[in-house]
Amino acid sequence: MEKRVTFSNTWLAVALILPQILLVFVFFYWPAGEALYWAFTLERAFGGGNQWVGLYNFTSVLSDPKYLASVRVSMLFAVCATTLSLGIALLLALFVDRRLAGYQVYKFTFFLPYALAAPAVGLAFRFIFAPDAGFFSAINDFFPGLWNPAFDGTDALVLIIIAQAWSMVGYNFIFFLAGLQSIPRSISEAGAMDGAGVLRRMWDLQLPLITPTLFFLIVINVTDSFVNSFGIVDITTGGGPARATDLMVYKIYNDGFQGKDYSLAAAQSIVLMLLIVALTFIQFRFVERRVHYS
Amino acid sequence: MIERTPILNAVTHAVLVISLLMLLLPLWIVIVAASHDFHTVNQVPMPLWPGGHLLENLAVAWDKGNFDRVVVNSFIVAGGVTAGKIGIAALSAFSIVYFRYRFRMLMFWLIFVTLMLPLEVRIVPTYAVAANALGPFQSILNFIGIEVSLPRWNLLNSYSGLILPLVATATGTFLYRQFFLTVPDELTEAAKMDGAGPLRFFFEILLPLSKNNMIALATIMFVWAWNQYLWPLLIITDHANYATATMQLQKVVPASHVDAPPVWNLAMAANLIVLVPPVLVTILLQRWFVRGLISTEK
Repeated sequence: MEKRVTFSNTWLAVALILPQILLVFVFFYWPAGEALYWAFTLERAFGGGNQWVGLYNFTSVLSDPKYLASVRVSMLFAVCATTLSLGIALLLALFVDRRLAGYQVYKFTFFLPYALAAPAVGLAFRFIFAPDAGFFSAINDFFPGLWNPAFDGTDALVLIIIAQAWSMVGYNFIFFLAGLQSIPRSISEAGAMDGAGVLRRMWDLQLPLITPTLFFLIVINVTDSFVNSFGIVDITTGGGPARATDLMVYKIYNDGFQGKDYSLAAAQSIVLMLLIVALTFIQFRFVERRVHYS
Repeated sequence: MIERTPILNAVTHAVLVISLLMLLLPLWIVIVAASHDFHTVNQVPMPLWPGGHLLENLAVAWDKGNFDRVVVNSFIVAGGVTAGKIGIAALSAFSIVYFRYRFRMLMFWLIFVTLMLPLEVRIVPTYAVAANALGPFQSILNFIGIEVSLPRWNLLNSYSGLILPLVATATGTFLYRQFFLTVPDELTEAAKMDGAGPLRFFFEILLPLSKNNMIALATIMFVWAWNQYLWPLLIITDHANYATATMQLQKVVPASHVDAPPVWNLAMAANLIVLVPPVLVTILLQRWFVRGLISTEK
């Protein structure tokens, strides 16, 4: 879509857009380019600039079992947290959209968790699921030693998955509800006339009609699980125990800023960027095209 | 629609009520834990009803976390990001939508692409730039062969370092663009006919029309900026002066699990202090928050 009536002062136009372009250049494009440069070079041991090493950083990153483990955990985390929170949010949105008595209350409270900072969510869940105090610890009274995220990697992973899923449910709910409410009532009514019950209509009418929202949310959730997870992991588990929750962004932070190995961290950043760009690309290119009903 | 589905209705109500309780339970537990003394909060099972020590815990946590200072910092950063974003994004969207010039679409895509990669993904290089924000220009000058040395502009341990990189994304630009495209051309025509230049049109017609979008964007940006964690953690080493509220959460839990457990009642009190401002904003400005969420992401 374009404007028919425009202004013709080119210098003014440039001046208006300049602040944004400068910011984007300095804090986005330049750093991204520099990450590329670092990823293909290594700092010389005795100073004197960087040495071109080709794909060395990538091969050493990709053959590092610790890194591969981190990728695996990140994927598992992304898939579980996304599925969990999308599933719950979808169910809630479908039910709220039935507009039974009091549905307004849910509409205005379900999204609340999204307002919380990731580390705040992490801290809350660390307490709730602490093995020796808090809400969930009572389970250890009945089954001693069953739950301890400080020593059991699986427990720790479950803990951060629940925290992440919880923090995203509200956000997903808003989008699902918006999607459902944009479906014309007449379609549902026509379905009802044809004898389709409530559940049947949800499954055969509403679900297919909000698949674009669903796919959009999958991409957002997966990206967010890579990005937002830092605050949760940092506060709850610190990547442990025994690297069981060492997610990719957390590992980049550790290698780059605690370990001071910028080349290694840059190579990891590039892999992560490529992953996220690929995801977004799939979203735009294939999903948007195939899933289109309007 | 009139349908009789008593069983399904009961199930619907049950699921919604239980989910509501589950979603609010973590917040409730934070409040309850923040209101008991050290001994009570460590009982298993923990009490589920608030005790009488809330204000006392809040006061201790407030002092311990240096919240006098960090809350002010957080407000400065969140306010700065919000204001910067609203202003800069409006200008650039105006330029992209209301002018015709070469490379206009290139500019649009250059800005739009930044939506894809959040700051957290490219922290390592962005950190290096923050150590000298004029570094990129210096490198370019050196490359072209111009012997000018620009001053160093160190963003570490400064408000501009906390604010500027967060402003450098496309969220707002995109929102404004979508809105500007829906403004009827007749308005522009009429303004031009009356002799208004582009700036006058922008300030006196376009901006007043965008008021709702600005509030929506402001609520989203405020909450987002307040909740930033990784970036402040990286560039602030001068914790006494520049720490933000979310950073203090790291201090109330010990670094490793093998250490003594945190003092939970104080930790939860600190958590409460940190999460109240964004929660209040979303509740009070709910309509705009939801609207902003939906329109910035699409």
